[in-house]
Amino acid sequence: MANRILDVKNLKIDFHTYAGEVKAIRDVSFHLDEGETLAIVGESGSGKSVTTRSIIGLLAKNSQIMGGQILFHGKDLLKISEKEWQQIRGNQIAMIFQDPMTSLDPTMKIGQQIAEPLIKHKGASKKEAWAKALEMMKAVGISNAEERINQYPHQFSGGMRQRIVIAIALICEPEILLADEPTTALDVTVQAEILDLMKDLQKRVKTSIIFITHDLGVVAGMADRVNVMYAGEFLEKGTVDEIFYNPQHPYTWGLINSMPTLTSEKLESIPGTPPDLLDPPKGDPFAPRNKYAMKIDAQMKPPFFKVSETHQAATWLLHPDAPKVTPPDEIVRRWEHYKELQAADKD
Amino acid sequence: MAKYLLKRIFYMILTLFLVATITFFLMKMMPGSPYANEAKMTATQKAIMNKQYGLDKPVIEQYITYLAGAAHGDFGISFQYSNQPVSSLIGARLGASAQLGLQALVVGIILGIIIGSIAAVNQGTWIDSTATIVSIIGKSVPNFVLAVLLQYYIGLKLGWFPIAGWGEAAQTIMPTIALSVGPLAETARFIRTEMVDTLSSDYVELGKAKGLSRIEVIRKHTLRNSMIPLVTLIGPYAVALMTGSMVIENIFNIPGIGEQFTKSILTNDYPTIMGVSMVYCFGLVVILLLTDIVYSLIDPRIRLTD
Ligand SMILES: Nc1ncnc2c1ncn2[C@@H]1O[C@H](COP(=O)(O)OP(=O)(O)O)[C@@H](O)[C@H]1O
Ligand SMILES: [Mg+2]
Repeated sequence: MANRILDVKNLKIDFHTYAGEVKAIRDVSFHLDEGETLAIVGESGSGKSVTTRSIIGLLAKNSQIMGGQILFHGKDLLKISEKEWQQIRGNQIAMIFQDPMTSLDPTMKIGQQIAEPLIKHKGASKKEAWAKALEMMKAVGISNAEERINQYPHQFSGGMRQRIVIAIALICEPEILLADEPTTALDVTVQAEILDLMKDLQKRVKTSIIFITHDLGVVAGMADRVNVMYAGEFLEKGTVDEIFYNPQHPYTWGLINSMPTLTSEKLESIPGTPPDLLDPPKGDPFAPRNKYAMKIDAQMKPPFFKVSETHQAATWLLHPDAPKVTPPDEIVRRWEHYKELQAADKD
Repeated sequence: MAKYLLKRIFYMILTLFLVATITFFLMKMMPGSPYANEAKMTATQKAIMNKQYGLDKPVIEQYITYLAGAAHGDFGISFQYSNQPVSSLIGARLGASAQLGLQALVVGIILGIIIGSIAAVNQGTWIDSTATIVSIIGKSVPNFVLAVLLQYYIGLKLGWFPIAGWGEAAQTIMPTIALSVGPLAETARFIRTEMVDTLSSDYVELGKAKGLSRIEVIRKHTLRNSMIPLVTLIGPYAVALMTGSMVIENIFNIPGIGEQFTKSILTNDYPTIMGVSMVYCFGLVVILLLTDIVYSLIDPRIRLTD
């Protein structure tokens, strides 16, 4: 088995609000192996950012961990002190935020901002850190780096700023890179460049990535495995091929159906809205929006049914007694494609 | 930059010209006359006096004479002070006011920054609430009330500092405190708001994600960014302090320009009123230009261009 660096078990997180307890993360488990990329995909509000932030110890003040473990090399991050966190953050675990326009200090030189983690964690001198910052700027594809290292954030475009944020995140060569929608705020063409850059640097720095997105479309070329998140839970987990070509949960079907394809540009978004997490449903959280829902979906939470060693989905449709349903055309096509692939593999 | 400065200076002169014009004609429209015992004066006496001060000439001619003089700092002769030129009257008193204003500004802003930052860092706790209450009190209690209270309790009862007067350092302490409370309260509130914003900004979040401690995040990414916008407030504060000091100078018997201004208003001493107004106005436009220049020097995003 590959080296497991992160193991999140039964994580539950609430937020105290005036309206009541928001049960944002409701029993989430996943793991991350050395060198791999795990994508967490789900609509906005499903709990992707909260999950990511818990891994770097930056949850909002009104949060409360209701249970679970976050094991990093076997050590439970939920039990460590703020001092210990400071040694991990930016050093072993780093994060890239969504909006590059606001994530850089507007009045500090780029070079200083990139060098900062190195000075903090590796005890580098200013000169060493500056030299390494320059090297990082070149590595993330900023041309004319010698000159630009002395510039300020407003002198860079959004895509360039995200490259700088990536340089900051990777300068200490972290074991885990958390990328929370790193390309959502960028133009489509720039998006692709940034994704390529991340993949390229991942190989060089040998980091594992947790890649957060609401857009299944950007996942394919990026991730090894995908966890589909909804209303604070994972509904389906599998390898990229399994999620894209053999999806089992109707929510995953909906996500795939709402991706633009080569033949149709129109987006068929899933009708309805996610449940209120102040009072989450007791059954399958997706049931109210699910046209394939059965009676039991509203009453009892489906367990994870194993589809393969690497593939699980929490839907009663996988129960042996469940009636056979026909998924949307697009999914049926993908299933067929998947069978062909598997048959080809066997030969 | 040079082009920008030239343009700014042109507008400064235009502003001063307009203020001079407006104050001049407002003065002309004011009821009352500069003569203390006008009722007892004969027509001839009045005519002689008017001629002496140039008040017999047509208004337009008076206006042009006034402008020409003001252009090189000559505001005419005071009506009250045994024919002293206004410019030397003001000159003799500007020093005290400037010193008092500067002391109050420095004390108020430094303490305001400290109190505001402490409040922001402890947002939502009793420390924050206390700071807010102090700011509200500081802003709503008129400084002359505070001045009188200081004079009575600290000066008279406790005898720690001289009650009034000017000349020794100890005499400047109570008026400085009284004057600094306003800017202190405003600075504290301003800095608190700015800093609370900054503390919740994405780049502060990124700072934490780099592994910086709370103190490091505040020192490296919060203080500078929350203090830069304060520069825009310092100019108006400085001018407000000079005007605000009128009453304080009277209470503490300080021979400043504010005290002079009050006297000249009470006695319809037009040349002095206009002279002091022009000096205030000049101070304001110069300070506003200076703050813009300083702003551009400390904030890399600001460039002085049109
Ligand atoms: N500080 C907070 N206080 C209250 N609720 C929060 C807080 N942060 C997140 N939430 C809630 O938790 C849920 C998940 O949020 P988030 O992880 O940001 O979603 P995503 O990143 O998937 O769009 C949402 O319902 C959101 O409203
Ligand atoms: Mg999010």
